[in-house]
Amino acid sequence: MTAPLYIGFIPLVDASALIIAVDKGFTAAEGLDVTLVREVSWSNVRDKLNIGLFDAAHLLAPVAIASSLGLGHVKVPIVAPFNLGINGNAITVSPPLLADIQAEIEGDRYDPMATALALSRVVAKRRKIGAEPLTFGMTFPFSTHNYQLRFWMAAGGVDPDEDVHLVVLPPPYMVDSLANRQVDAFCVGAPWNSIAVDRGIGHILHFVSDILVRAAEKVLAIRQSWAEKNPEIVAALTRAAFRAAEFIEQPENRTEVARMLAHPERIGVDAEVIQRTLDGRLKISPDGTIRESGRYLLVAREGASRPDPVQAAWLYAQMARWGQTSVSPQALNTAKAVFRPDLYDAALGTSRAADLGSAGAIGAFAGPTFNPDDVAGYLASFDLSRRVR
Amino acid sequence: MSAEQSPKIVIVDESPIRAAILEEGLREAGFTGVVHIREMQSLLSRIYALDPDIILIDLENPSRDVLEQMFQVSRAVRRPIAMFVDQSDAASIQASVDAGVSAYIVDGLKKERIKPILDLCVSRFNAFAKLQEELERTKSALEDRKVIDRAKGILMKLKGLTEDEAYVLLRSTAMREKKKIGEIAQSIITASEMLK
Repeated sequence: MTAPLYIGFIPLVDASALIIAVDKGFTAAEGLDVTLVREVSWSNVRDKLNIGLFDAAHLLAPVAIASSLGLGHVKVPIVAPFNLGINGNAITVSPPLLADIQAEIEGDRYDPMATALALSRVVAKRRKIGAEPLTFGMTFPFSTHNYQLRFWMAAGGVDPDEDVHLVVLPPPYMVDSLANRQVDAFCVGAPWNSIAVDRGIGHILHFVSDILVRAAEKVLAIRQSWAEKNPEIVAALTRAAFRAAEFIEQPENRTEVARMLAHPERIGVDAEVIQRTLDGRLKISPDGTIRESGRYLLVAREGASRPDPVQAAWLYAQMARWGQTSVSPQALNTAKAVFRPDLYDAALGTSRAADLGSAGAIGAFAGPTFNPDDVAGYLASFDLSRRVR
Repeated sequence: MSAEQSPKIVIVDESPIRAAILEEGLREAGFTGVVHIREMQSLLSRIYALDPDIILIDLENPSRDVLEQMFQVSRAVRRPIAMFVDQSDAASIQASVDAGVSAYIVDGLKKERIKPILDLCVSRFNAFAKLQEELERTKSALEDRKVIDRAKGILMKLKGLTEDEAYVLLRSTAMREKKKIGEIAQSIITASEMLK
């Protein structure tokens, strides 16, 4: 056994590869002595990873990039040898907002362009009658949730900084905030969307896979300096996470996996709610409407666990689009270098990414195909942005 | 700058006792401008209205992530920075994380003015943790006491023992089985309930 490792996580379903790696014994089989530490905020996870209280962490992919670039916080280079999840978030709206959107929609309720255009008409009407701007909750300034909400509404002409309020809310507060009308909608990971639906106070409007075919959500984050000193531990951890991710993807293991994740020290909600997310079969309305998607949360399938630098570039592009940073070739390279398929391949003996098909690496519903080598050109094609020049 | 006299300090803490301990310590040290926010609803707008020089928040509070929004651009308020931005004093950062407190500081406030405040927070947070630990210990000792009394009663009734004899039996069994006397007492209660 190695020296004890401390790994931080936030109780969300996309931490499952990490949790199962430890609780199913895959880390122990690699000779690793891992203690998982449940945390209450992304700021805590980031800070404890940065100062060395954690050896690794379940981290928002954009936070790993922001930390490596020194954005919004102290600069600590982070590497991600393993991707803990692709997609997995959803946008949930209050019943009145759903009714307003449905009253304005032209076209398919599941088409994000149709809903975004309807939202822009709702926003315009509210402004006309002097109603308060709509408030949208998301989990962190550097989060996929923030960028997914912004990408979606901006495509319909809604300016996320001017036309609505976008506020950070800790995930455990999301559902209550929607219930008492502090927010009209939110974008968050599992299990919180399902909990809002079960409580009868929210409707899942979109799976984020409606907005982007593939979006890197959380990564296994490690300080670069530590990873360089401990390459064998990094490889062993990557293998354990990989075996866990493969285990989770087997439908016959789902019940056991959901039960393990439901433990109060882990995610701490009903196993049945967790299993809905893993199966991609979600109740989207309090009336019991079910929606299925093979792309709701990808843990291992379609090469989801291999870090893809194109994803890092896309997230960096969103930071630049919304004024969190300016575009520079050096920063773009730093961002891409956070995602380390080479470490993944070294650990697992793999050598290349899975074929992503015609949708490409990102597959956004609006805008041009993302070109990771020309972020400035890509961003120039969007009317709405807060680019720092 | 008004901060040269006494910086305005906001404490964000859902625990009123810990906040009071902290507030008292700060006042004793001469920091008079201290405000405690306990309610997490509309936290940011309250902070913007108060316009503090220093914000202290406990690490168990999920609303830390809400504060991170302050670092986003285009706000018409003075720009706060995180305590961790200056890595030159790793020891005090480590100490504060260990104690469970985090600080956000308005850019431009001199470092030598922050250090005593942070040191004070760390010692007060540690004092609170100790206090809570003692409280927990007293509480569980009290619980044990109740359980032991019930077990003694059962033994006295079933085996016709005196109170002292019942206690001696409990204690010797606990020593033999290398368990706490409270655990043995609990299993007697459980067993007697099952046999009812």
